[in-house]
Formats: sequence, C-alpha cells, structure tokens
Amino acid sequence: MIEINNLHKSYKMGANSLHVLKGLNFSIKEGELVAIMGSSGSGKSTLLNILGMLDEADSGEYTLDGVPIKNLNETKAAKYRNKFLGFIFQSFNLINYKSAMENVALPLYYQKVPRKQREEKAIKYLSQVGLKEWAHHLPNELSGGQKQRVAIARAMAAEPKVLLADEPTGALDSKTSYEVMDLIQKINDDGNTILVVTHEEDIAHMCKRIVHLKDGVIVEDKKVDQVRASQYV
Amino acid sequence: MFSRDIWKEIFETIQKNKLRTFLSGFTVALGILIFVVLFGFGNGLINTFNEFFSNDATNVFMVFRGRTTMPYKGYKANRTVEFDNSDLEDVEKNFPLFLEYLSPRITRQDTVSYKNESNSYSNWGVGPAHQYAEMNIIMKGRYINVMDIKNKTKNAVIGRLVEQDLFGSKNAVGKYIDVGGSSFKVIGVFQDDGGDNEERNIFVPYTTMQLIEKNTDKIDAMVIGFKPEIGYAGAMAFEKSLDKFIREKKYIHPQDRNGIFIRNVADQLRQNQQFARVLQIIVGFVAFGTIIAGIIGISNIMVFVVKERTKELGIRKALGATPKSVIGTILLESVFITTVSGFIGMLLGVGILSSMGERLEDFFITNPYIDMPMAIIATVVLIIFGGIAGYVPARRAARIKPIVALRDE
Ligand SMILES: Nc1ncnc2c1ncn2[C@@H]1O[C@H](COP(=O)(O)OP(=O)(O)OP(=O)(O)O)[C@@H](O)[C@H]1O
Ligand SMILES: [Mg+2]
Repeated sequence: MIEINNLHKSYKMGANSLHVLKGLNFSIKEGELVAIMGSSGSGKSTLLNILGMLDEADSGEYTLDGVPIKNLNETKAAKYRNKFLGFIFQSFNLINYKSAMENVALPLYYQKVPRKQREEKAIKYLSQVGLKEWAHHLPNELSGGQKQRVAIARAMAAEPKVLLADEPTGALDSKTSYEVMDLIQKINDDGNTILVVTHEEDIAHMCKRIVHLKDGVIVEDKKVDQVRASQYV
Repeated sequence: MFSRDIWKEIFETIQKNKLRTFLSGFTVALGILIFVVLFGFGNGLINTFNEFFSNDATNVFMVFRGRTTMPYKGYKANRTVEFDNSDLEDVEKNFPLFLEYLSPRITRQDTVSYKNESNSYSNWGVGPAHQYAEMNIIMKGRYINVMDIKNKTKNAVIGRLVEQDLFGSKNAVGKYIDVGGSSFKVIGVFQDDGGDNEERNIFVPYTTMQLIEKNTDKIDAMVIGFKPEIGYAGAMAFEKSLDKFIREKKYIHPQDRNGIFIRNVADQLRQNQQFARVLQIIVGFVAFGTIIAGIIGISNIMVFVVKERTKELGIRKALGATPKSVIGTILLESVFITTVSGFIGMLLGVGILSSMGERLEDFFITNPYIDMPMAIIATVVLIIFGGIAGYVPARRAARIKPIVALRDE
C-alpha cells in the first residue's frame, strides 16, 4: 500500500538547513496498523505529512497504492488526498462554524457527492463513532474525545485507502485515549490501513507494528502482539 | 463552478460568519451610499445654478444706471446717471442689426389691494417686449400691448400668486385693483418658472407709470433682447458698442465701473455653466475618492478574511479542496456580499436622494438625483474591484502548502 525508498527531507531556516529525515525505507501492506514512535523532534510528523501529501520530500521515492507520488501540482495532490487519504490530527482541526455532521460531510463535498447522500453518510459514520445524537452540535459544544471521534468519522467518511493519525490521543486523557484507540482498532479490523504517530508506549502497543525513528533514521521496525483497547474501556 | 451545492456552501458560510459578512457588506454599502448621495448633491447644486438662469431669456442685456465715480469731460464724479425715453429711441435707431426687442423697466414696490385683501408687490412699468425677456406665460387674458403704451391705459398684468393672494380661487381678469393709490384693471394673469418671487410681480404700461409720477419720462433700466443668430461673439460685440454708445451719450468715463452696468445674461449663463462644470468635476472627484476608499476598505477586509480563514482553508485542502475551489469559494462569497450590499447601498442612496426632494433648497441643492446608469456603473465598478481585491489574497491562500496553513494559529 505504501512504499518509501531513501526518503530525505530537510528544513531550510535562513542559512542553516536541518536534515530531519535521512533516507527512510519501509513498506506498509494493506490492512496494517502501524505505530510510528520516536522522541520529540525525531521527524514523526514530518514523515506523516509527506505521506499525507501535505508536504513534499526533497528526494526519494514514495508510492501510494501503486501510484508514484512525485512532482504533484496542488490540484492533483488535493485530488489524491481526497481519494486516498484520511487525516486525524492531534488538534482535531474541525471547522468551528460547521456542525459535527457538516464537518464529517466535507470531504464528500469535495468528492462531489450530492448533498442528501453526503448527509446520510455523515450520519452513518457519526453513529459508528457513537455521536449520532451530537450530529448537529458545533465542535465547541463537544469534549476533546468527542471532537476526535468526529475527526475520525470525517477521515472515514471519504472511505480512504490509508488513515494517517498524528498523535490522535495527544490531547486526550488515558481513558478517552483508549476509547479513540478502540475505534481505530475496529476500523483496522474492517481492513483499513492505518498509521498512528505517537510517543506513548501503551498506544503504540495497541498497533500491530512499531516503527521507531531516531535522529531521522529508522532504528527499529518490529511486529508486536496487539493489545486490544476495548479491555480498558 | 456555479452548481447549487457551491452556492449552498457559500450561503452557509455567510450565515455562520455574520460579523465578517456584516463588515465587508457594510463597507461596500456605505461606500456606494456616500457616492450616490454625494453625486446626487452635486447634481442638486448644478440644478440650483441652472435654475437661477434658465427662467429668463438668455439673449438679453439689462442696462442699469448707477452713480459715477470718476470725473469726465467736465462732469464731476458722484453724479447720478439717468435714463429716459429718448435713450430707448436712440438704442433702437443705432443698433437695428443687433436688436430684436427693447423694453424699459421702472421698478417700484407698491401696496396692491382688492376689496379687503392687500399686499405689497413689485410693480414694474414695462413695455410689451418685457414679456419675452422674462419668459412670462400668459395663463389668461393678455399682456400689455402697444395700444396700452400709446394710450397710457390703467391696465395691469398680475402674477399667478398675486391673483391667488388677492382673489383666492376667483378670476381676477376684468376686476379692478388698487395699485399704490390708483385703480388698475387686471387684463391678464401670468405664470413664470422662476419661482414664487417672479409670480408675485405686477406689470403696468411704463407710460402710464410715468404719467402718474408727475408725467416724467425717466426710466430705471433698459431690457434689450438681441437677435439670437448673432451668436456669442456678436453678443459680446453688441455689448461693447452699446456700452460705448451709452457712456458717450451720458458722459461717463470709459473706465468708470459704476456709471452704468450691463448685465449680459448669456455671458453670465456661460460663466455659471463653467462654474457648474467645475463644481461637477470637484464633486465627481470626491465621489471617485469615495469609491477608491470603498475599494481599499474591501481589500483590507478581504486580506483580513483570508488571513482569518487560513487554517480553515488548510483543513479544507487536507480534505481534498483544490486551489481552484479555494479561490472560487472566497471569490464567490466576496462577490456575492459586495453585489448584494452594493445594490442595497445604491438603493438606499437613491432613496435618500429622492426623499430629500426640496428639503435642501436652502443649501442650494435643488432636486438632487443621480442617473441610474451612473449609480449602477459605480456599483458594478466596486463589485469588480471587490472581486479583484478578493482574488489576490485568495490566490495567495490557495498557494500556501496545506501543512503551513494547518500550522497557522
Ligand atoms: N516548518 C518547519 N520549519 C523548520 N523546522 C521544522 C519545521 N517543522 C519541523 N521542523 C523541525 O524538524 C524537526 C522534526 O519535526 P517534527 O515535527 O517532524 O517532529 P516530531 O517527531 O513530530 O516531534 P513531536 O513529537 O514533538 O511532535 C524538529 O526539530 C522541528 O523543529
Ligand atoms: Mg509531531
């Protein structure tokens, strides 16, 4: 599903250049649930943003679902993001003047799904994350966990090939974190490929594979026995 | 780009961001409103100017007499210049090529009464030609004619409002009124576009007035109509030789500005039209400035709006919004708001102008108006520039990498 080969990325700040990703290689198959770990500043978000086409690598190859991602213009990148990818951010990134349902329906708007179908689908995914009753509430009327569940529903709504989650539990307490992880595990059970950036060990062990980043290189890549989050909920 | 779905999305955004909508809408509406009102007032000023002069014939000189300020040919200064009937004859004899008509004018203020009603009016002794100079329109009866002058009849022509004051709704023609102690028969009623004052005038044969005033032959002023075909240059030449002729006859120094005075209506009209044009340019300038200010205002607001929405646009891009759709959303929203509020402002302005009507006449603003094409052009210009003003920051926002936009707080 995801193939990266010798991926490099540096940030230029004035005369200085900060080499963040120093030649990463890995591949992720369909249906995997991968945790990307590492200390702060190790380049986890940078990697995820490149995988999400929100940012570009300096060099190296990236293939998503057999499509080489290279020299994309913004319009094409937008189409790919819309078709292939769902995002879950640490800070939720919901649009604050849109209701939960409207937020979930937004990726479908860009897929040109008719309004009626959009709303039906949004409600369907909101009920999957247990927020059907909150469909018409604005984000600021929801708790952090609820917001993240709306964001997950939104990422799911477009039915993407890959879900990218950057510290989805970073802003949540542990109980709510487990609820969110439970949801992510269930989505993965349905066959979706998911990448989760985290620096929490317990969250990482709820995935099936852990990739460890340090100073811009992969220092460890191992399969783990998945801990089910449902036992804590 | 113009599907129903896009509009629905835009309406929702507008509805849910009321302050933003209000701010940009208000700026545009206010800009257009001020433009329309200013422009209308400018037109009102010009109307006032034109009205001062349009109600009298423009091919007319008025020759007034004064008091000399310079000694000349043995005459001392400070001598009152007098006109009499022989001056009329001389002018008529010497300027046949230029002259179309000629009337003397003797101006008096008299108490005029009919039965119990009585009032003070301007009472002028004139000849038949005076009607053309004043452009009086006879509503009923007739004006003073040659026979009145010859026979020194005690006939009077009265203004519409004089009839209204003294006779109410009754017909004045044929009735006898008392004018400064003498009885006159009303032979006609006239109206005049020059406003109320001009319709509170009465006219009597100048010969009659001279007879009553101890049979003098003095007159106060000469009203001289020249042939329109002589044109502006001809009129100026006529004025010059007329001035010279009278000065010679009355022994007035050629440089004495106070001995006689010729009021050239055509020349004054021309000067005033020039003044009105300058006024129009100034008002146009100010109004243009308002539109520019409006454009700058809307540009600033658009920059602010796009800045405020950077993060939202980043989210939309992460979810699959193309640069085109980002620009489209911002642009359509801004054009929609400017269009609606622009036309609201325009209609408000037009409404204010038409509700003003005559209320501002004291400030020399008569019947302020703006022609619709002008108002619409100004509004459309503001909309177009509002669109351009929105396009520039929208394009910039569309180019920002989503990751940068998302980081924006
Ligand atoms: N836009 C940027 N410009 C310059 N430097 C950047 C930029 N974004 C990230 N960096 C730097 O790149 C390095 C990696 O950042 P990154 O956000 O990928 O780290 P991370 O592993 O996600 O850390 P954390 O756990 O704190 O989120 C950091 O040293 C950071 O300061
Ligand atoms: Mg990070």
